[in-house]
Amino acid sequence: MAELLKGQTGEWELVIGLEVHAQIVAKAKLFSGASTEFGAEPNQQVSLVDAGMPGMLPVLNDEAVRQAVRTGLALNAKINLHSIFARKNFFYPDMPQGYQISQYELPVVGEGEIEIDLPDDAVKNVRVERLHIEQDAGKSIHDQHPAKSMIDLNRSGVALMEIVSHPDMRSAEEAAAYVTKLRAILRYVGSCDGNMQEGSMRCDANVSVRRPGDELGTRCEIKNLNSIRFLRQAIDFEAARQIDVIEEGGTITQETRLYDSDKGETRSMRSKEDAHDYRYFPDPDLLPLDLDQAYVDALKAELPELPDAKKLRFVEELGLSPYDAGVLVAERDTAAYFETVAAGRDAKLAANWVTSELLGQLNRAGIALADSPVKAEAMGGLLDLIADKTISNNIAKDVLNDMFETGKDAATIVDEKGLKQVSDTGALEAVVDQIMADNPDSVAEYRGGNQKLIGWFMGQIMKASQGKANPQMVNELLRKKLAG
Amino acid sequence: MTDLRNLTLAQARDGMAAGDFTAVELTETFIEATGAVRDLNAYIVETADQARAMAAASDARRAQGQVGAMDGIPVAIKDLFCTKGVQATAGSHILEGFVPPYESTVTQNLWNAGAVMLGKTNLDEFAMGSSNMTSYFGPVANPWKRKGDDAVLVPGGSSGGSAAVVAARAALGATGTDTGGSIRQPGAFTGIVGMKPTYGRCSRWGIIAFASSLDQAGPMTHTVRDSAIMLGAMAGHDPKDSTSMKLDVPDFEAALTGDIRGLRIGIPKEYVMDGMPAEIDALWKTGIDWMRQAGAEIVDISLPHTKYALPTYYIVAPAEASSNLARYDGVRYGLRVDGDTMQDMYENTRGAGFGAEVKRRILIGTYVLSAGYYDAYYLKAQKVRARIAGDFNDAWEKVDAILTPTTPSAAFAQGDKMDDPIAMYLNDIFTVPASLAGLPGISVPAGLSAEGLPLGLQVIGRPYDEETLFRVAGVLEDAAGFDAKPDLSGLGG
Repeated sequence: MAELLKGQTGEWELVIGLEVHAQIVAKAKLFSGASTEFGAEPNQQVSLVDAGMPGMLPVLNDEAVRQAVRTGLALNAKINLHSIFARKNFFYPDMPQGYQISQYELPVVGEGEIEIDLPDDAVKNVRVERLHIEQDAGKSIHDQHPAKSMIDLNRSGVALMEIVSHPDMRSAEEAAAYVTKLRAILRYVGSCDGNMQEGSMRCDANVSVRRPGDELGTRCEIKNLNSIRFLRQAIDFEAARQIDVIEEGGTITQETRLYDSDKGETRSMRSKEDAHDYRYFPDPDLLPLDLDQAYVDALKAELPELPDAKKLRFVEELGLSPYDAGVLVAERDTAAYFETVAAGRDAKLAANWVTSELLGQLNRAGIALADSPVKAEAMGGLLDLIADKTISNNIAKDVLNDMFETGKDAATIVDEKGLKQVSDTGALEAVVDQIMADNPDSVAEYRGGNQKLIGWFMGQIMKASQGKANPQMVNELLRKKLAG
Repeated sequence: MTDLRNLTLAQARDGMAAGDFTAVELTETFIEATGAVRDLNAYIVETADQARAMAAASDARRAQGQVGAMDGIPVAIKDLFCTKGVQATAGSHILEGFVPPYESTVTQNLWNAGAVMLGKTNLDEFAMGSSNMTSYFGPVANPWKRKGDDAVLVPGGSSGGSAAVVAARAALGATGTDTGGSIRQPGAFTGIVGMKPTYGRCSRWGIIAFASSLDQAGPMTHTVRDSAIMLGAMAGHDPKDSTSMKLDVPDFEAALTGDIRGLRIGIPKEYVMDGMPAEIDALWKTGIDWMRQAGAEIVDISLPHTKYALPTYYIVAPAEASSNLARYDGVRYGLRVDGDTMQDMYENTRGAGFGAEVKRRILIGTYVLSAGYYDAYYLKAQKVRARIAGDFNDAWEKVDAILTPTTPSAAFAQGDKMDDPIAMYLNDIFTVPASLAGLPGISVPAGLSAEGLPLGLQVIGRPYDEETLFRVAGVLEDAAGFDAKPDLSGLGG
């Protein structure tokens, strides 16, 4: 149970349901052959169908269906073998047909669930109510002309999945975890790139508050949240607003609200009274979507390993901590990187280096993993040098820094800089003897009982060897010699 | 040379094949005829120059020995079909001046078969009407007149312009579209053959939509043979229309064997309507006799949900239309009437752009789909529609085709029934059931009313069995021997 919110008059429970719109990865739009590439000049990717020309008819893109079914399977959801496309009727200038083709009563995917990851390795199941396929609208642009709005139809007709959750989330944190997990699943499946900045994934949040144990309160829908940060901020603001309204004797009216990220507040967009009557009815231009079970089974068999299964395998088979495993599977790219590094190597060592060293470096530099100057194979090469004791852990960190800057592989850097670890007993003995001879007082103190001084001796020796001395061997030698 | 205007499509085809005349000669004849019947107001746009060029190209193909099924045949196109580079209006002000940059599949099929386009014919606005009175471009006149009465009659609708130009021998054939009877009823009113194929037989791509689950293109011609030839050229699977059927197009003309011995012809008892003129009933009985004499077995059948067909149709069709016509919003093409706000612009544009009948149907359609009314109207209508289709399915257990009157009356005068939409809607009472069931139907001119006006009989067939339909219609046509012609002497251009 998530934490309750404290109001002036007592405690409140926050209830959140999310509708996520995810653009389906497909070369062509949902019902026309037009391209879907991001970033084209306005109105350059518009077919006659997308522009709502007279007499034009939609033809369903099978690839969009395939991706939606794969996504449904990844959400452990029921696949409806029979589903219907319906028209959602309303006027908007960037929606050329005067209706959006969507699915209403019979969506292609029914009930499913997502396990979300919470702090302290806690998990929670959030139920998915449905996933349906629909087409996107175009874009209205209001800042190009003093009196006119411009319309860009490049997005018009692009295939979307709308994934609707049950109102199972109880905090902004859970909502954020849900979107994070859903995005990871979509990326693993490859059905959506999950890029919220480019708008290929957007989120509407249904938010209400209630006294613990009460019936659901009246909800407000916050539209078009395009980052997880804004989602959290909008939910927190909205919850506080609703509590204030109720505690001051008011009532919440069901309405659609917009989140203003500049002001950090939600504001009313339209009330329930102004809500459209969408007059849904089955689209007579399209046949019902009938799938056969063999098709669904084949897609299920081909699904890649999903984050939860991968995490479990990392913990159980590779011995990683749940935390490290969680970090590694959060993004498909990270998991793939890790698996390349770990292949044939010590998985825990690989996990440590990828999570703390590599991801740390990348975060500080603001570089995406895909653009990392140190590729997985090179990272593996570095770990090999640690494993065969060519370099120590500490030296390896310096080598990784160099790899970042120069793009060279680890072996080359170790060679060029002469960083090879000194493991020759004779050479190390000489250094140890020298340090002991130079510091007779410390030797006496150690032998007098201050065994903590071993650390100080180690430091002196590593300094003298410029860090190249094999620390384990030095440690052994020192103990032996100091013991007299 | 015989008067080329009086040829049938098949005769013209054969005449060109025999080298009796060229496509250019034939087309010039019909361009002249088009000018001679301009009083009918049957065309919205004439495309004489394009016709001449297409005819010349046809003759050039013939010289190369490469002719299609309709090569050199001048036809008229209902202005509901989008035609590349030629205005397409749907008879509406809201699309006035709209020139599509694309060609409908059906018309492209016709051009691929070598046909020649004479122009775009007038129609009820967005194909909504049974009289051609609702066109923004003015009503079309029926070339027929009552005996001793000079009143201008309607040609029926919505494919009234197409019917009128064929009846007036100003085109060898014309495309129509039929949603609830819009080919068959004007066919009956003008003494020509009007044929609606099975839903899915012709592509709807590029035809301006009225009611998507009902709209179907079909040929309007002088004879059943012409109809078979023209449908063969129009039909075919189209991957651009998800509702078009993946079926090869049979040789419809070859189905005209003249032999219906042993075929079972159903006579539905529910098509006897109160107040139906006696001459319609008499004609139907005569038609039944003709069938029997030709060796068919007459079977009495029942289609018990027939009486619900018209109300069902007037829920389903307006519902779909209210959504289909939402795209005419002034934003991208066609008429725009500016306003202070976006909302005002929509209202001004649609207020000025649509006529009264279209507005009436948009309102009905919006109402029946509205929250709280959907179940009682639209959903109920869909259920009744399934029952109506079920009636026909049951009938096909017993019969191979069904014979009915096409219309409950002959053509009426322009202006009649305009103040009574229900009376107007009753025109389609015999044609709507087959539309709701998606079945093929054909109206064949079968006789004259007491006032000297043509009357039609309708044959309804099994889904995708247009061959039997044509065969029965051909026998009906032969038996009727309908050779009356309208008096065109009063017409001018």
